Amino acid sequence: MSIVRIPPPLRPSVNGERQVEASGATVREVLDNLTSRFPALRQQVFEGDDIAPFINVFVESEDVRTLDGLDTSVADGNTVMLLPAMAGGSA
Amino acid sequence: MAGYRELLAQLREQIGEVDPVALRAEAGPDGPVLVDVRMQSEWDEGHLPGALNIGRDYLESRIDQRVPDRDTPVVLYCESGSRSLLAAKTLLELGYTNVRNLAGGYTEWKRSGFEIVFPRSLTPGQRSRYARHLLIPEVGEEGQLKLLDSKVLMIGAGGLGSPASLYLAAAGVGTLGIVDGDIVDESNLQRQIVHSTERLGQPKVQSAKETIEALNPDVKVVPYEERISSENIERILADGWDVILDGTDNFPTRYLLNDASVWHDIPVVHGSIYRFEGQVTVFKPGAGPCYRCLFPEPPPPEMAPSCAEGGVLGVLPGIVGSLQANEVIKLLLGIGEPLVGRLLTFDALYTEFNELKLKRSESCPVCGDHPTITEYIDYVQFCQAPTAKATH
Repeated sequence: MSIVRIPPPLRPSVNGERQVEASGATVREVLDNLTSRFPALRQQVFEGDDIAPFINVFVESEDVRTLDGLDTSVADGNTVMLLPAMAGGSA
Repeated sequence: MAGYRELLAQLREQIGEVDPVALRAEAGPDGPVLVDVRMQSEWDEGHLPGALNIGRDYLESRIDQRVPDRDTPVVLYCESGSRSLLAAKTLLELGYTNVRNLAGGYTEWKRSGFEIVFPRSLTPGQRSRYARHLLIPEVGEEGQLKLLDSKVLMIGAGGLGSPASLYLAAAGVGTLGIVDGDIVDESNLQRQIVHSTERLGQPKVQSAKETIEALNPDVKVVPYEERISSENIERILADGWDVILDGTDNFPTRYLLNDASVWHDIPVVHGSIYRFEGQVTVFKPGAGPCYRCLFPEPPPPEMAPSCAEGGVLGVLPGIVGSLQANEVIKLLLGIGEPLVGRLLTFDALYTEFNELKLKRSESCPVCGDHPTITEYIDYVQFCQAPTAKATH
C-alpha cells in the first residue's frame, strides 16, 4: 500500500479526504486503483491514458515525468503526491 | 619593556610586509584577501579596491565570519601601516597562518598613484534603520546598498503582494513596481494587509504606495494601475527589473508572465494559494524549470477554482507571500539556496511543509531545447481551450 496525498482542489472527489491509501506497484496501478474507487477523480488526473498536463504526480518527492512516467515503480509505504496548478494569489 | 616604536619594529620583523607595487601585482580575484582595519569614517574617504572593512576594534569578533579559513592569505592595511601591524599580530594569535602587512598603508598606496575606490555608504539614518541587517555578515552594508539599488516588480497588490511588498519595503528594496488594476474592496481586507478600511474604493496600487512610503521613505513605488497583459507587459518590463514576484490570481497572467520572464531572463518568485494550501517556488531562467515545464497546460476552469470562488484562510497569503519575499531578497543578494528546482508546499491546516523536486523539461515549448512558442499568444484563449487537444 502507498499513501496518496490529495491536494485541496481534488478533495471533493475523494469524500474530502486529505490522503488515501492505494495499492499498486506502479504509478499507473496506484492511480487506477484510486480512480476505480473514486471515479470523479479520473478526469482530474488522467487525460486519455496519460497523466493530464495540468497535474503533476510525485513519488517520494520526485516528479514521475522525470522518471518513468506512469510506469514509475511505487514501493510499499511510498508517498504519492498529486500536485495541480493553483491560480490563487491576488484577488 | 619595549616602547611603541620598538614594538612596531619587532612586529615588522616578525610579520611579513608587502609594498604597494608588489601588492598591486598580486591583487585580484585569486590574490590575498585585503582587510582594511581603519575606522568607518576613514574607509568612507576611500579604500583599496576589493578590500573588506573590519575596524580594528571588531577584528577579533568579526574576522571569523568574513575570513573563515585560517590559511587564507590575508593582507592588512590601515592609514600608515602601524595599526594594521598590531592587527596582524592579533590575527596570528587567532591562528591565521598567512598574514602580511601593507607597508606604508593606504597613504603609501595612494601616493603610488594606484586605484582607490570611494564607497557609497548609507546615511546615518539608514545605518540606524537597517541596523539589524548590517549585523548579518551575509547582508552587511554592501548587501544593504545592493537592496537599495534593486528593482522588484510585483504582479498583484493582493493577498500575496501585500505581505511581500511590506517586507520588501521594510528591507529597503529601493524600487518596487506594482501592477494591479483593481480597487480596494471590503472583502480584500481579511488578508490584504497593505490596504486599509479608509482606502476602500481606492486603486490598490495607490493604496499600497501610500502604505509602503509611510513605512519606508527610501522606497520608490512605481504604480501601474492596469492589469498586466500581452499589450502592456513589454512596456512595463522595459523599466528594468531584477526579480518579478508573481502574486497574481489567474492562469492567463501566470503563463504570460512565465513566457516574458524566460525571454527577458528575469527570475520569477512564484506563489499560489487556495483555502489552506500554498505553493512557492522560483523559476529562474537557465537555472531550473519554468512554469510551463511544471504545468504545460492550465486545468479546466471547473478544476481550479480561484480564491474568490473557493475561499482562502486570511493568514495563508501572509505566510506564502513572506516566503516569496524571502526568496526575492536571497536572489537580490545572491545568498543562500533559492527555491530553484524545488517547490515548497505548505498546508496551513496541518502546519506541514513538503518539498518537491522539479526539473526543466527538454520539450518545454518556451524554455526547452526546441521552443515552439517564441512570441506572446492569446493567453485567455489558451487557458479556456479544452485540454483534450494535448499531449498524447
